[in-house]
Amino acid sequence: MIKRSFFKSRFLPYFLILPQILITLTFFYWPAFQGLVNSFIRSDAFGGHAKFIWFENFLALFRDPLYLESVFITLVFSLCTAFLAISSGLFLASMANRALRAKAVIRTFLIWPYAVAPAISGILWLFLLHPSFGLVSIFINKWFGANWNPVLNGRDAMVMVVLASAWKQISYNFVFFIAGMQAIPKSLIEAAAIDGASPFRRFWRITLPLLSPTMFFLSVMNIIYSFFETFGVIHTVTQGGPGGATNILVYKVYQDGFVGLDLGSSSAQSVVLMSLIILITVLQFRYVEKKVQYTG
Amino acid sequence: MKKIKWILFSTLLFFTLFEVTAVARPIEIRWWHSMRSARGVVADTMIKAFNDSQSKYKVIGSFKGNYDEALNAGIAAYRARKQPHLLQVFEVGTQTMMLSGAIYPVHKLMKDTKTRIDWSAYLQPVLSYYMDANGDLASMPFNSSTPVMYYNVNLFRKAGIPMLSKDKPVTWDEMGAITGKLVRSGVKGGMVTAWQSWTQIENYSAIHNIPFASKANGYEGLDTRLQINNPLVINHITRLKSWMKDKRFFYGGQKYQGPKAEFLAQNAGIYIDSISGIAKLKKAVKDFKWDVAPLPVESYMEEPQNSIIGGASLWVFKRHKKSEYKGVAAFLKFLATNDMQEYWHKETGYFPITLNAYNSLKSKGYYKANPLQEVGIKQLNRRLPTKISRGLRLGYFVQIRNIINEELELVWNDKKTPKEALDNAVARSNVKLISFEKTYQ
Repeated sequence: MIKRSFFKSRFLPYFLILPQILITLTFFYWPAFQGLVNSFIRSDAFGGHAKFIWFENFLALFRDPLYLESVFITLVFSLCTAFLAISSGLFLASMANRALRAKAVIRTFLIWPYAVAPAISGILWLFLLHPSFGLVSIFINKWFGANWNPVLNGRDAMVMVVLASAWKQISYNFVFFIAGMQAIPKSLIEAAAIDGASPFRRFWRITLPLLSPTMFFLSVMNIIYSFFETFGVIHTVTQGGPGGATNILVYKVYQDGFVGLDLGSSSAQSVVLMSLIILITVLQFRYVEKKVQYTG
Repeated sequence: MKKIKWILFSTLLFFTLFEVTAVARPIEIRWWHSMRSARGVVADTMIKAFNDSQSKYKVIGSFKGNYDEALNAGIAAYRARKQPHLLQVFEVGTQTMMLSGAIYPVHKLMKDTKTRIDWSAYLQPVLSYYMDANGDLASMPFNSSTPVMYYNVNLFRKAGIPMLSKDKPVTWDEMGAITGKLVRSGVKGGMVTAWQSWTQIENYSAIHNIPFASKANGYEGLDTRLQINNPLVINHITRLKSWMKDKRFFYGGQKYQGPKAEFLAQNAGIYIDSISGIAKLKKAVKDFKWDVAPLPVESYMEEPQNSIIGGASLWVFKRHKKSEYKGVAAFLKFLATNDMQEYWHKETGYFPITLNAYNSLKSKGYYKANPLQEVGIKQLNRRLPTKISRGLRLGYFVQIRNIINEELELVWNDKKTPKEALDNAVARSNVKLISFEKTYQ
C-alpha cells in the first residue's frame, strides 16, 4: 500500500512547490533562454550593437575546422575520463568490500579526494607531471627514457588532464559502487562460492550484473562531469594547449565568451554543447539502459 | 522623567551628528581594479593619499578579480546601470572599450572639467597605445610594462660570455652565438621566453617597424587584417625553431610561469619577460646573479624602434554626474604627480607614466642605485613611436593572441612549418577581425 496525502485546498500544493519552481526558473530556464536568444545575435559586449543574424553564429562554428576538432577532442577526453574513473572506482570498491580490517578507515580515505576542487586536483597533477619540476615526469624521463613533455606534446597533455579529471571522480564512483555492492545479498555470492565459482567468476556473473543500474547511472553522471566540471582542470593545467590539443568545448565557451567577449559565438557554442549532451544522454537511455537489470 | 530626558538628548545628538555627516559627506568615486596583494596595497596607499590630500572627494577602490573578471564585472555593471566611475582594463581590451559607447574619453573629460594636463610630459609610447587615430587619449595609462631580457650572470661567466650592455641591444645573430656558447658550456638550454605572442611577434614587429596588421595596426579602421605572415617574422620564427634542435631555444609554456621556472632552475641562461619580472626574480632567485638587457634586434636595424607596452589603463564610464567627473579628473591628475608615480614605479616596477617623474627619479640617483629598472624605460623611450610601433588596436585581440599561441605551439612541436603556422594564424585571426568589424557596422 502506498500512502498518499491529499490536500484540501487546490492551490496549496502549487504554493508549496513555488519556491522550487522560482529557483529553477530564475537560475536555470532564464539563463538558458538568454543563451538561446544570444546565439542568434551578433553583439558587442556592452550590448549597444546587437543585431539579429539568424543562424550565422552556428554556421560560422561548423565552418571552422577547429571547432569540429574540439568536438572530437571533447568526445575522446570524456570517454577516456569516464572509462578510467568508472573502472578504477569499481576496482577499488570491490577491493575495499573484501577488506577484512579497518574497513571504515579505508573507505573514508578513498572518499576523500572527492572533496578536492577540480582546479586543485589539476594543480596537484601538474606538480607531479610538469616536464621541468614534476617528480613523476623526471622519473619517467630518467627510467623509461621517454620524452614526456605535456607542455609541448598534445598527447601527453591529454593524458595529464584525463588523469587529473578521472582521479577526482574515482571517489564519487567508489561511493556508489560500494553502496551497490552492499545491497547485493550475501547469500547469492555464498551460494556461488559453495558451487565452486572462482572470485573472478562470482564478480563477473553476479556482482557485475547486479551492479548494472549503478553502472548505468554512473556512466551518465561521469560523461556529464567530464563535459562540464572538468573546466577547472583544463583552466589550471593546460589552458586548452598545446596547440589546442586539450581545448574541450566547455573551455572554448569560456574562452570565447568570458575572456574574448564574443557573446554570440559563445552562446551558440553553449547551445551546441547542451544539444550534444542531451543527445548523448538520450542515446544512453535508449540503447544502454536495455541491458540494465533492475531488481526489486 | 530622567529617562525621557535622556532619550530626547540622545535623539537630538544623533540627528545633529547625522546632519553634519550628511552635509560634509564627500562625493564618492568608485574605482574597480585588478591590483591584488602587493600591488593592491600600493594602489590603496595611493587612494588614501588622494583622499587625505583633499576633503571634497573620496575614492573607493575595489579589487574585482583578474583583468577579465574585472572587465566582465564592469560590463555587467554598465548594463545594469550600476557602473563604477573608473575601471581598469587590460591593454587587449582597448578596442572593445573604445567602441563600446559606454566610456567618456579621458581627453574630453579633462577638457570638459577644465583640468590642465601637459600631455607632452608623458612617456609617448605609453600614451600612444591608448590614443585614437586623431591622437586623442581615450583612457588614462595606469600600469605599463614592456618586455626585456634577463640573463644568468653566473652561467654567462662560466661560458666565457661578456656581460650585456644595458643600452645597446645585442643582435639576434649575436644571440645565436651566445646561446650556442651557453649550451656548449653545459647549460641545459639557451633561452626561453614568456608570453611568446607579445614578446616574439608583437614586440619583435614593433621594434623592427614591421606592420603587425594593416590600417596602421588597426588604428585607422576596423577593416584591419593581420600581416604577421611576412618574410621577416617568418624568418624570426624559423630561426627560433632551428635553435630548438640544439636546445639554444626551448619552449616553456604560453604564460610566464613555465619559462620563469626554467630560468630559476638554471635550465636556461636567458629569459625574456616583462619588466614586472624584476620584482618576482628579486624575490625568487637566491643562488645566482642575474641582470637585465634590452631585447635583441636584427643586425640591419641600426636604429631600432621603441618596444610596445603591456598592462592596463583606466577608463571613465558615462552616465555619472558632472560634479563626480570633476573628482575623477582630479584623481587622475593626482595619480600622475611625481610623488605618486615615483612611489608607484619604485614599489611595483611598472613605468612612471610621465617624463617628469622619470627625470626626477634620475636626478635623485634612483637609477644609479637600481640600474635594472631603467633598461625597460630606455628601450621604450629610445625613439618616438611610428604609426607601426605605437601599439596594436585589434578587436577580439584575446582570441587572436590565443590563435597565435596555438599556431606557434604547432611549430614548436613539429606539426607545422613556421610559414604554414603564420599563414594559418593570419587566416584564422582575419575571420575574427571580420566578425568584429561586422558587429560595429
